[in-house]
This record gives sequence, C-alpha cells and structure tokens, in this order.
Amino acid sequence: TNGTLYLTATHLIFVESSAKNSTSILHHHIASVEKLSLTTTGCPLVIQCRNFRLVHFVVQRERDCHDIYSSLLLSYEELYAFSYNPKQNDQQREEGWQLIDLGAEFERMGVPCDQWQLTDVNRDYKVCETYPRDLYVPITASKPIIVGSSKFRSKGRFPVLTYFYQEKKAAVCRCSQPLSGFSARCLEDESLLQAISKANHNCRFVYVMDTRPKLNALANRAAGKGYENEDNYSNIRFQFVGIENIHVMRTSLQKLMEVVGTRSLSMSDYLVGLESSGWLRHIKAVVDAAIFLTKAVTLEGASVLVHCSDGWDRTAQVCSLGALLMDPYYRTIKGFMVLIEKDWISFGHKFADRCDQLDGDPKEVSPIFTQFLECVWQLSEQFPQAFEFSEWFLLQIHEHVHSCQYGNFLGNNQRQREELQLRERTHSLWAFLMSDKENYLNPFYSPAYAESHPVLAPSTLPYHFKFWRNMYHQFDRSMHPRQSILKTILTLRENSRKYIPELSVCLCYPEATESTDTERTVEGSSGSESRKQSYGELEGTYNSELAKEEPAVVSLEFGVARMTC
Amino acid sequence: MNIKLIKYGVMEFAELIKTPRVDGVVLHRPFLPTVEGTLCLTGHHLILSSRQDNTEELWLLHSNIDSIEKRFVGSLGSIIVKCKDLRVIQLDIPGMEECLNISSSVEALSTLDSVSLMYPFFYRPMFEVIEDGWNSFLPEEVFKDLESMTDEWRLSEVNKDFSVCPSYPPLVAVPKDVDDDTLRKVASFRHSGRFPVLSYYHKKNGMVMMRAGQPLTGTNGRRCKEDEKLINATLRPGKRGYIIDTRTINVAQQAKARGGGFESEANYPQWRRIHKTIERANVLQEGLIKLVEACNDQSHSMDRWLSKLEASNWQTHVKEILTTACLAAQCIDREGASVLVHGTEGTDSTLQVTSLAQIILDPACRTIRGFQGLVEREWLQAGHPFQQRCAQSAFSNNKSRQEAPVFLLFLDCVWQILRQFPCSFEFSESFLVLLFEHAYASQFGTFLGNGAAGRAKLSLPEKTVSLWSWVNRPQELERLTNPLYEANSLVIWPSVAPQSLLLWEGVFLRWNRSSKCLDEAYEEMVHIIEYNKELQNKVNSLRRQLAQLETEDPLLQTP
Repeated sequence: TNGTLYLTATHLIFVESSAKNSTSILHHHIASVEKLSLTTTGCPLVIQCRNFRLVHFVVQRERDCHDIYSSLLLSYEELYAFSYNPKQNDQQREEGWQLIDLGAEFERMGVPCDQWQLTDVNRDYKVCETYPRDLYVPITASKPIIVGSSKFRSKGRFPVLTYFYQEKKAAVCRCSQPLSGFSARCLEDESLLQAISKANHNCRFVYVMDTRPKLNALANRAAGKGYENEDNYSNIRFQFVGIENIHVMRTSLQKLMEVVGTRSLSMSDYLVGLESSGWLRHIKAVVDAAIFLTKAVTLEGASVLVHCSDGWDRTAQVCSLGALLMDPYYRTIKGFMVLIEKDWISFGHKFADRCDQLDGDPKEVSPIFTQFLECVWQLSEQFPQAFEFSEWFLLQIHEHVHSCQYGNFLGNNQRQREELQLRERTHSLWAFLMSDKENYLNPFYSPAYAESHPVLAPSTLPYHFKFWRNMYHQFDRSMHPRQSILKTILTLRENSRKYIPELSVCLCYPEATESTDTERTVEGSSGSESRKQSYGELEGTYNSELAKEEPAVVSLEFGVARMTC
Repeated sequence: MNIKLIKYGVMEFAELIKTPRVDGVVLHRPFLPTVEGTLCLTGHHLILSSRQDNTEELWLLHSNIDSIEKRFVGSLGSIIVKCKDLRVIQLDIPGMEECLNISSSVEALSTLDSVSLMYPFFYRPMFEVIEDGWNSFLPEEVFKDLESMTDEWRLSEVNKDFSVCPSYPPLVAVPKDVDDDTLRKVASFRHSGRFPVLSYYHKKNGMVMMRAGQPLTGTNGRRCKEDEKLINATLRPGKRGYIIDTRTINVAQQAKARGGGFESEANYPQWRRIHKTIERANVLQEGLIKLVEACNDQSHSMDRWLSKLEASNWQTHVKEILTTACLAAQCIDREGASVLVHGTEGTDSTLQVTSLAQIILDPACRTIRGFQGLVEREWLQAGHPFQQRCAQSAFSNNKSRQEAPVFLLFLDCVWQILRQFPCSFEFSESFLVLLFEHAYASQFGTFLGNGAAGRAKLSLPEKTVSLWSWVNRPQELERLTNPLYEANSLVIWPSVAPQSLLLWEGVFLRWNRSSKCLDEAYEEMVHIIEYNKELQNKVNSLRRQLAQLETEDPLLQTP
C-alpha cells in the first residue's frame, strides 16, 4: 500500500493514497522502533507496539526515514492523558472519577463489621507509601501492632483486608514478604496474623499463601527477607504455590511473541514454541493459585493471607482472580472495574513501571496485568454465561492500560497519582467504558446462571488453556475467524431491540409509520453486507510459487498488508 | 425400551454369548453419575438398563468397541470399554466368571470378520423413511446439473461392470471428446485403473478439478499418449493447468521404483506440477493414537500436554491438508486454471483435497443436503475404502496397516472452516460428529464396504438402510441445522496459520470435559436467534397489514 506518514504530537498516522484507510498509532503504544538496512525500494522501518501490533514501513528516502526514526525515539514528557480532551466539562469529569467508590465496595462486602474496621493509620501515607489511604484491618489489631508489623514487611506492606467472604466470614488479606531472614521474628507481625485468624470464628487456622516458587523464597532469606516460619506463628498453614517472577514472565511473553510473529510458521514450530515459551504454563499457575485460594475460603471457610515478594504483582493476580471466582459481582462490567480499581490500582500495582509508560527501567517491565486479563479470558471460555462482559471489554482495558489516554493507570501508586493531580487534569477510563457499555456486553450472559453458580470451579487440565489469538494477534485480522458469532448475535439482539418499539408503534398508531426507515436501518446493520465485504480480505496465497511480487512502496505488514494487497 | 423386545436375529451370535445377562453391574462414565443395573448382551449390542424410571440406559453397538480391558480386585471384576467414538467407560461386574465371560463375548462380537453379520443387515428402521437415501445422490442426477452448465462432458459407462476400475462407480464423467477405448488405455496407465475423472466444475469460470491415481511411469519413464490427450482435453486453448501431487517430490520419486510415478514436464508441457506433503495412511493412524492418548492424559503438566499434542502431528496434518485444498481452490478460482489432483492410489489424500476444495469454492456443498452429496460423490462413490480405514480407531491393539483416520481428518478440516465461517454452513458441528460416529460404527449401511465394486456385491440398497434416510427427516434436520446460517454465495478462504487452527474439542475432548456450560450457552444463542426471528415475523406481518390498510383507506395514508 502506498501512502503518507504523518507525525503528530500524540500519534503516528498513516493515510493510504487511496484515502480509504488510515492507521493511527499512539506514541505510548510504540514499544520499539527498528531501522533495517537499505533496500532497493527504500529504507524499512519496523515498529512494534505494546498492543501486539507490528507495522512495517518502507520509506523511499533514507534521510526521511532517519528523521522519523529519531523523532519516534524521543521520549514524550507529556503523557497523552494530560492533553486528551473528550469535550467534557469539569463536572462530567469529576462524575467520571466518582463512578468507582472503594468505600462503597467494602460496604457491599459487609465491612466494616464486628470483626473488621477501617483504620486511619495510613491516612498520610506514613506507614506505607504504596498502599491507599483507607485500609481495613481486624478490630483487635491496634496501631502499634500495625506499625510494628509494617516495619517487618518489605516496603511496609503489612497484612490488610482485600476481600471479605460474607457467607463464611472468611477474609482474603494481602501483604508483602516478611523480613525474616534466617531467624528474625516480629511479635507485632505475629499478633496481626493472630488477629486475622481470630476474626474468623469458622476456622481455627489461617492459610498463608506464598505465591512464589519455594526456591525464590529461600533465596530471599539470604537478603534478609523470606517467608513465615510456621513455628513462630500460631495457627497458620503455610503454602507455596509457585508463580514465577516478573522477569520470567517478561521473557516468556517475548519468546511467545517471537514465535507467533514468525512468517509462514509451521504447526510444529508453533506448538514447540508455545511450550518452550512457558506462557500457558504460567497462566495455568496463576489460575491454579486462584483456585486454591477460592477453595480455602469457600469450602473450608478459612481466611487466607496472600503474599509474594513485594505483594503487588503475583499477589494482585491471585487476590483479584480468586475474588472473581468467588463473587459473581466481579464478573459484571461495573464489578470488574471495581476489582481492578481495588486490587490493582489502589493497592499499588506499578502500572507505570510494568507498562513502561515513561521510558523507565526495562527490567521493571512485565506483562503481569496482561496475564490477569488473559486468565479472565480463559475462564470466560469455560463459562460462557458467567461474565457480563465479552472479550472486547478485556481488549479495550488492555488497550488503555498502555495508551496513557486516561489517568487511571498512570503512576505506580495512589500517592503518586494524587501528586500528579490526575483527578483534576485527566479523565477516567471507567466513565468512558461505562458510556460505551453496550459494546462490551456478552450476549450469552445470564444473571440466573450467576445466581445459581456463585462460585466458579474451573478445570485446569492443560487442554483448557488456549492461545489467546484475539489478544496477541488483534491487528492481524487475516488470522481471525472471518465471521464472528459474537458480532452476529449482538447484531441480532440489537435488531430485536429495534423491533420492539416498532411493534408498539404499529399497534398503537397505525398512521404514524416510519417502517421503511426502520427497515433500512435494520437491514443495513444486519451484517450480511459488511460480512460479505470482509470475505474478500484474505487473499493470501497458499503456495509460495504462486505468490506475486508486491509493487508496494510503503507496506503495512501482516494483517494489514494482506488486507490491502 | 424393554429388552425382551429385542430379537436375536441369528443363531451364530448365540454361541458367542456365554453369559447373556448379569445383575448388579455398575457403570462409570466421566462427568455422569454412576448407574447400577442389569447388563445384557445381544448379537449386536451391549445394554445396561437400570430398573428405575428415568435413568438413562446404555446402548452400545459391539462394532463401536475398539478395545476392552479386564481388571480384578478380589472377586469384583471390571471391564474398561474403549469405543471408536473415543468414549471410555467402565463396567464393574460382580463375579469373576461373569466378568470373564462378558469380556470374551464382547471381544468376539466386536471383531466379527464377516461384513454380512454386521448390524446394518439386521437393523429395521423404527422411523418413517420419507426419502430413500440410497436414491438421493445418483450420478445420473448429479450429471444433469452439470449438463445444464456445460456440454463439454459426458457420462461414460465404460466401468459398467467394474472391470476397468473396481473402485470407481459404473458411471463417471469424462471429457466429451474422449471415447471409452481411450479410457481403457488410460486406466491401464493409472494406479488401480483410476483414470482422471471429473470431480468438480467451477461454474464461475468453467474451470474443472479432476482426480486420478498416480501415473504408472515406472523407472524408465513410460508414457501414455491417451493419458496426455485426456487431461489436455480439459484445457482451454492456450491455457495451462496445475497438477497437484499430494506427495512430496521425494516420495513421488520413490514411487517410481514400485512402478508408480508422476507426470513429467516433458510429456505434460501444458501442466505445472506442485508437490505437497500430505502424509500417508499409517502415519495418520499413528497420529490419531498419539493424539487421543494425549487427550486422555489427566496429568496437570502443561508442557507435557503441548509436547504430546505436537508429537502427535495431528494439527500438522490438518494444516497440510487444508493448505493443499486451498491451493487447489486458488488455482481454480484465482488463477483461472484447471486442476488435476492425485497422490498414490487416489483414494485418500486426493479425496481430502478435492472434497475440501469444493467446500471452499461451492456454496452448495455447505448445505446439509449438499454436504451429503459431497460425501456421497467424493468419498463413497469415489472409492474411499471405509471398511478398511475405519475398522479400528485410536485404542485398538491389533493394527493392520490399512486403518487410517483419513475421513476423520477431512471432517476435522471442515470443522476448522466452519469455525472460521460460523454463519456460512447450513449444518452445525453435530452433523460432522454424527458422520464421524457412523463412519466407524453404525446401524446404517452407508459406510460399509470398500470401493464401488465391493459395495455393489453387498447389495446395500436392498439389504440395509441408508444414513441419509435417517438424516433427511424434519426432526433430525432440525437438530443438525446451524441456527446462524445465512446463505453465502461467495468463495470462502480459510486462514491456515497455526494460530487459527484449533483442536477439535467436540470430538477429541468430548468425553473428557463437562460440556454443560458450553451447551447451555449454545441453547441461549439458539434462543436469541429464535426470538429475533419471531419479532421479525411479527413486524413483517404488521407491515403487510398496514400497507393493506393504507391502500384500502386513503385517509390513513401518511401525508
């Protein structure tokens, strides 16, 4: 495809010369830019995006190419969120930010109650910088105990409540690893765990889930960190669950993307690559851990304390996924937003670092949140009726975690966000998604199903985990099914909705007919037209001998190239 | 159903049944509650019936049993029955002698040699036959359609008594200008006498797809002028065609030593030959065994699952077959060229390619009836040896070299296309699963025998019921219909990227997972579609009434 490339302050835009299509890429989405060696047609430029788009340009003049290359490498000090203006007034913006209220969420769970209370110990971020201001702890945990415990926990992240399972009065708590080293102990920390245990009358003990592989935890002891010694804590049951660390996850996804990005990939290389990348093994490990948590809480009625090293990656994954399995509310659109707001944003998952929003340390980048979204997708494949939202909702959230278009995911913790005055200067993604809710509904969702299956019990036999093509190849349309069941059903539902007013119109006022108009819209949107167009998309070739040279000067690689060749 | 009503048709079976009936047998099936009841053996069925009302009974055709294993714990014996449809069940039988008797009887009954003792010859339909399936897809009827489009082909009776080619039907479509004598000469130059015949006529541009057996060039490069003449007769002046050889060039070269070979450039200058890599029968069978073994592995190791899946090569076969079929379709539709497809015998990989290419090119093949016609034309009448290929499935220990899941792979490929175009097929996945089941074990005669001559000897139309007679009844058609279907007249190009091809869970994980949630979601989908249709009908009828009122009463007309 031939076309013109435009660089703006926030986007890179490619407009085809036929002016039929244009592709725009947010600068924040660009993960890497690579200039390849000069060819006869020009200078190739390969841009890789965080949302798994891969674009291939050929620029005729090398100097132009170099200019583009160097300007793309510039770090953009201004994040897009600060300039993004969706034409809302201040009041609307403020309402957007008020959409999710975590205080109300804890109330929904039944907290505060006779065993759990809100503490103001972290009101000024004095005890823990990376926690939110409002924290919930057992009634019997005094301030000195909390402060003492926080000093014994990595980054001051002492055990706090994140989910309360009302039916059994069992709590899911989270924290970071104890600074136990080989023998150190802390009486306040032991009392705090005791208090968590005592707050639950249903069970004599509390589970402590260390989500790391045992080896990692052992290694941490040498650095004065480590894990709880069962001898020092009364009534705990300690359990490792073996989720790998951020570095392993980063490498794993890199390997996976390398494999699936190979041209004319063979089935065997694909499956071998899928295995050796370890990606699905890691996904399964997270789901397995969440199931362990869910079973402990819902079947045994036990409270569980979850931690990893710092308690903001694996801990966030396991706590949020566990809550999603236990509580149908989190499987609704609003509830899922609340869940992300609570376990990820407010408890300080380091979005800025993990998603590399500001050209930070490459060793801090890791697809931890992507993994969480994928786990949810894997579950939705097993339980097609359990989720109010469809895959598109997950994809859209993923898109905006990286786009920096909204303020929600900027920064690493609440304190930073307050300093950046995000609520005043940027807009909330949740409000935007809520206004667009219709597009994310899962037509198969059944509230009755949620009622009869409050707790999900997924199978984690390996064959239940599949490669998430629509995420990792979301821009490679040639690999997608040519017709989408989801789209078709949504269109039908939409049609049904349109028929109903027409039916009443016809019945009540026979003279006021606009049936012809309605008919046009109905048929126009029935999908048969648009679907027919999309058939033509793939004209890929099934034999290299039949492939024809493409005369394109600027070509968009993969899906896009095939789409337009 | 009352067991006493079942008639044991033949005396032979009585000798094989040592213990016809055992009480207190417990049936274990994954994801279903256990059932206790009475086990009965009849000539063709293994039946478990519990005396309670509303409890499901097990009716299993002996011919569906692929392998049987015995286990003893004290005096309690168990038999594990592994079926050709990949289901695995366990029966706990009290009493060692009973268990041994049942096991040996079932073993004997499930491995009967004689075709004429198979259940289809004893089965009497309990349903009303609306249309006799044996007459539904006769070659002369199919040819009438062709005649309406072109006069370049004729129906030859050269194989009337199966003497020219035992695996071909008595009537085949060949180029009009080629006479029967030429055909006889060509037949002697092609493997098993399978001379090139018409497989598909592409209405859009008049291009054709033919299929054949490999040419018998041998090591000294024998040629046959008549063969060249025959296939050149299908080319338009100045046009070139493509020969798709489903074997790699190496395999094709090696075939020369055994008298086979391929069309050389020198003798077939108007044809371009392309070699592909579709594996031979025994490799496919091994793949099936490995795949099913992997699917039944209950270990929780992801690496083990993926490496076993890879080692089975099943998905590779699916990809290769689909790619070759797409290539054939591409040559015809995009390159505007005619195509000749063959492998070695022309009864396996060749048919996979020609039938799948038609699914891609011809919307008619994507309807329920059209698909039946395709299976009838390109598999049954084209001489795929079903009896040999489907004698055993993934569990059997006695492996003959003839078994191969060639047809199952074809169905898998159709399923892949169906997944990618879920609205373009009139039938749903359940139709494909049904064909898989019946190809391996059935009360119907449709898939019995090997090749046209072998099938003719069995007098199937006179002695058995056709599967199509069962399928083409309103209640069955309704069950097999895809609710999303919307006729699509276009060519459909599937993606063959590994990321786009999935494991066919509906067959391979069918018994290893609870499908309750998926089934319920499917029901919900059907409900949405039906509700939409209902509303649409209401709106349409109201519109009609309105239009009528308007014409009758000018006062009601809108200004």
